[in-house]
Amino acid sequence: MASDDIYILGIYMTKFGKYPDKDTVDLAAEAVMAALADGGVTMKDMGIMAAGCLMGQGGIGQQIQKQVGQTGIPVYNVSNACATGATALRTAIMAIKAGECDMGLAVGVEKLAGVGLLGASPASKGSGKEWKATGRYGSVANTDGLIGTNNMPGTFAQVGMEYGHKYGGATFELFAKISEKNHAHSTLNPLAAYNKRMTLDEIMNDIMIAYPNTRPMCSANCDGAAAAVVVSGKKLKTLSLEQQRRAIKVSASILTSDPYQEACQVLPDVNTLTRIAAKQAYEQAGVSPSDLNLVELHDCFATAELVHYDNLMLCEEGGAVDFFNSGATWRDGKTPVNVSGGLESKGHPIAATGIANIWEVCHHLRGEAGPRQIEGAKVGLAHVIGLGSACGVHILEKSAL
Amino acid sequence: MTTTQVPLVDYLALGDKPHLVANECTSCGARFFDRRNACASCFATEFKKVDIATEGEVRSFTIVTFAAPGVPVPFVAAIVDCGGTSVRANVINCDPTPEKVTLGMKVRLATYSLGNDDNGAEAIGFGFEPIA
Ligand SMILES: [Zn+2]
Repeated sequence: MASDDIYILGIYMTKFGKYPDKDTVDLAAEAVMAALADGGVTMKDMGIMAAGCLMGQGGIGQQIQKQVGQTGIPVYNVSNACATGATALRTAIMAIKAGECDMGLAVGVEKLAGVGLLGASPASKGSGKEWKATGRYGSVANTDGLIGTNNMPGTFAQVGMEYGHKYGGATFELFAKISEKNHAHSTLNPLAAYNKRMTLDEIMNDIMIAYPNTRPMCSANCDGAAAAVVVSGKKLKTLSLEQQRRAIKVSASILTSDPYQEACQVLPDVNTLTRIAAKQAYEQAGVSPSDLNLVELHDCFATAELVHYDNLMLCEEGGAVDFFNSGATWRDGKTPVNVSGGLESKGHPIAATGIANIWEVCHHLRGEAGPRQIEGAKVGLAHVIGLGSACGVHILEKSAL
Repeated sequence: MTTTQVPLVDYLALGDKPHLVANECTSCGARFFDRRNACASCFATEFKKVDIATEGEVRSFTIVTFAAPGVPVPFVAAIVDCGGTSVRANVINCDPTPEKVTLGMKVRLATYSLGNDDNGAEAIGFGFEPIA
């Protein structure tokens, strides 16, 4: 191992679900202490901490420290929509790369169980009204619902439909089949919020949220946390053989924002920044999409998973529909995607997601994934996207030991 | 008594031929509908007003059946390609079903009343309706 390589030394995700008796600090503390234990280290070894809780009050990192260990290290509280967890991880990695420390901690936590539609803004009240222009568009009323939609299911529905318009074949049934796959995968994941297999009929006949996304085709709001300990290659060499054997190499760590494209301020462009992040990640890691043994990608909605097959270059440009129909992304396929069950069934506690997907990949690379193990997995990719937009792509590799 | 009309958004021009107006960057041609500080594409700071074509085609859509409290559903949210400029709007005067709304369908700008305020001013909204 090269001294300037970065490794995941310890990592953990809580079970995703409903925790009425725990707060965000409880969940994050569980993840942090377990990630440290997994890596065989303590808070005393950490040189930096990066933490995220999108819906929180701020200062989540320090709140967690007050429960698990206050050592005076710098804390970076980060916020980057659904890419918050990946941003926390990337922040810890950058600190190590910069030579400021040799070990760091990243944690993401969210409590979302029972929260309704994300992104939707309530209609303005009509009493005593005066049409008065406000904001950057000079609007006299809340435009959500009058000029398109701000809600997430509708936004990502349009992302998938746009792909269908461009390349064809993206029917309601196709999107539902993607969801069928992820729900089937989730039955093997005891940490998923939902692990019930659903038939195509059940998925298509469930409550429609924003055509073509029915309820099971939307990410599940739930509670959860995930944490990771990262270490420099130089430091890892001084640790035990067992720690070195279980350490997972971070072959690429990339974060992008959305570059200007025509229409990107009309419908968020989740494609260009993902494609750029993927390209940079493959170059940095020196691997190609065909080398990937598993991929955890950001299926916040079934309609999003389709476009990311293409954006992550798992298939030829424009070929995502055929790629899915070939069975490639099922767990016994050529490129298994979301064997965790994905956000649609595992759940999506926003700031935890960008570390939880890395936990899933590490679990397989370590050969510790039990009944859902992808046999012989050596290389995996984890992708998240936060609307607005931010995209995180990490490529992970099994230890050579 | 004459009723004053106010557009739902600054970029909707009312009058005999209602249409949308964009801020176009004078150096690179990028078009924006909001108040600008600079161009997101080339960072220049000069813009001119340009009229947007009132006919276009639906490049993407969704039929929203669950929305925030007070937002009437169902409605069709769409991206309309108006002669190369993408516009965000609802598809109106059309059944909100996947049988009636289709990718690539031809549409044109239409306006409608959002009601009067306490001063008697009438707000005018816009959408795109199918070209029969
Ligand atoms: Zn420009």
